Amino acid sequence: MKYLILMHVDPAVLEQLTEEQQQAIGEGHGQFMAATKENGEFISTQALGDPSRSKVVRSNGEGPEVTDGPFVEAKEFMGGFYLLDVEDEARAIELASLIPDASIPGLAVEVRPVVFSDLGDG
Amino acid sequence: MSRPSSAGEGLWRELAPQTLARLLRTYGSSQFDLCEDAVQEALIDAYVRWPADPPDDPQAWLATTARRRYVDRVRSDQRRRDREGRVALLEEPLGREGAQSDDTLLLLQLCCDPALSRSAQVALTLRAVAGLTTEQIANAYQLPVATIAQRITRAKRRLATLDSDLSRPGDAAERLAPVLDVLYVMFTEAHHTTTGAPAQNTDLAREAIHLARLLRQAAPDSTEVAGLLALMLLTEARHPARVGQQGELIPLDEQDRTRWDRRLVDEGLALLDVVAPGADAGPYLLQACIAGVHAHAADTETTDWLEIHALYTVLEHTTDGRNPMIALNRIVAYGMLRGPEEALSQLDDLAASHPRLARVDAVRAHLLERAGRVDEAAASYRLAIAATVNVAEQGHLRDRLRRLTAPDQPPRT
Repeated sequence: MKYLILMHVDPAVLEQLTEEQQQAIGEGHGQFMAATKENGEFISTQALGDPSRSKVVRSNGEGPEVTDGPFVEAKEFMGGFYLLDVEDEARAIELASLIPDASIPGLAVEVRPVVFSDLGDG
Repeated sequence: MSRPSSAGEGLWRELAPQTLARLLRTYGSSQFDLCEDAVQEALIDAYVRWPADPPDDPQAWLATTARRRYVDRVRSDQRRRDREGRVALLEEPLGREGAQSDDTLLLLQLCCDPALSRSAQVALTLRAVAGLTTEQIANAYQLPVATIAQRITRAKRRLATLDSDLSRPGDAAERLAPVLDVLYVMFTEAHHTTTGAPAQNTDLAREAIHLARLLRQAAPDSTEVAGLLALMLLTEARHPARVGQQGELIPLDEQDRTRWDRRLVDEGLALLDVVAPGADAGPYLLQACIAGVHAHAADTETTDWLEIHALYTVLEHTTDGRNPMIALNRIVAYGMLRGPEEALSQLDDLAASHPRLARVDAVRAHLLERAGRVDEAAASYRLAIAATVNVAEQGHLRDRLRRLTAPDQPPRT
């Protein structure tokens, strides 16, 4: 059963982190990737650029129109995700709580089931 | 390596797991990797030599060659020098040791070791017993090859630390149980991919049926093995009628039963005729009998719901009520027997004791719809749509909701 673990980041919180904390996060993600690969539960992960670099393409009623900035006005943005294949939701939550972001006040990870997959030909 | 095909896919897929099982039985499951490599090399040898020089007994030829390859590997492995003593074991003459089906059974039991996670058991079984490549397994599950490869590697490593004794005696039924469960999971995932688009992954279903046939040959006296095979055949038979042209899911009560695969139905029913009478039926045989009652009926109107309700009641007792999905199915049968209102009150009791049970809202919606309580039914359909992670099932529920809220509109075509 595939789950997407979405990492919600608050740029203001990230700025406040000490160098040690940032290093701990980096190492924590490294360990998390190694552990889930070892288990055969890892599928892929991506980290996203800063929300200020977002463009939104949406209809203005006549056709698509491009605007700057993120889709939602919010403090938190999706910063990246892990795609995992696990036995059940309980395991997905167990893994999600190992992600360093889950232990930092102001950040959060979200666990959602995947309902359709197509990996292309790769 | 791509498997040689000149001798026919079927023959290779039978011979490879049997040869692997023989090696494992001799050298122990801790040597899984080495044994597997040796079998692969023996298959390559066979591919090269057999066209010019076909052996009288392909199985014995492969076993001998694989053993030699294993010895070569052990000898060439520096770290294993000190185990040279074991090599003495290899010198014993190769005879026809035991029936081939025993080997298949042993290999199945090894791959389905309860110490492995379910997904690892399934992947290893598909690889080592069904003979699928890592790529084929990854494709079947829509997972990256690396993920499946890692899972298999880890499973083998775990088995090596357990060093399962393949010849360990034990209660046959007890040792079969995990194998049955793994094959059943493999089969149901093919039909009802928990995550994914319309269930049309017939490859996995075919593999599961193939393995169940092997298991039936290996354990002909087990009524549970026969039950599982019959259940798979009767379920697979519905496949042509289960998925519509747009990939939408068609539930049992709306299926055109003339499209059921008659050959599979007949085989499943014939198996039940042999096994079921007088059997002390376990869960798989009981479920097969339920599928058999459906297979005997032309539609839901003429279905013997009394019999189905009775079978689900027995099934619930046999499994000590551990699986609330059985209770849910019994309630559906009760609704067909006594009407939706009576079933709804039973459903409320079940939902109260199992608040997170899947499909409760869908069943409630169907019952409310039949009872003519349109608004409540629509609300239940919406809850059910939110709760399911199966795209095909979502589509089906949306169709029912649309039909209910806009009765003049024809269903999605």
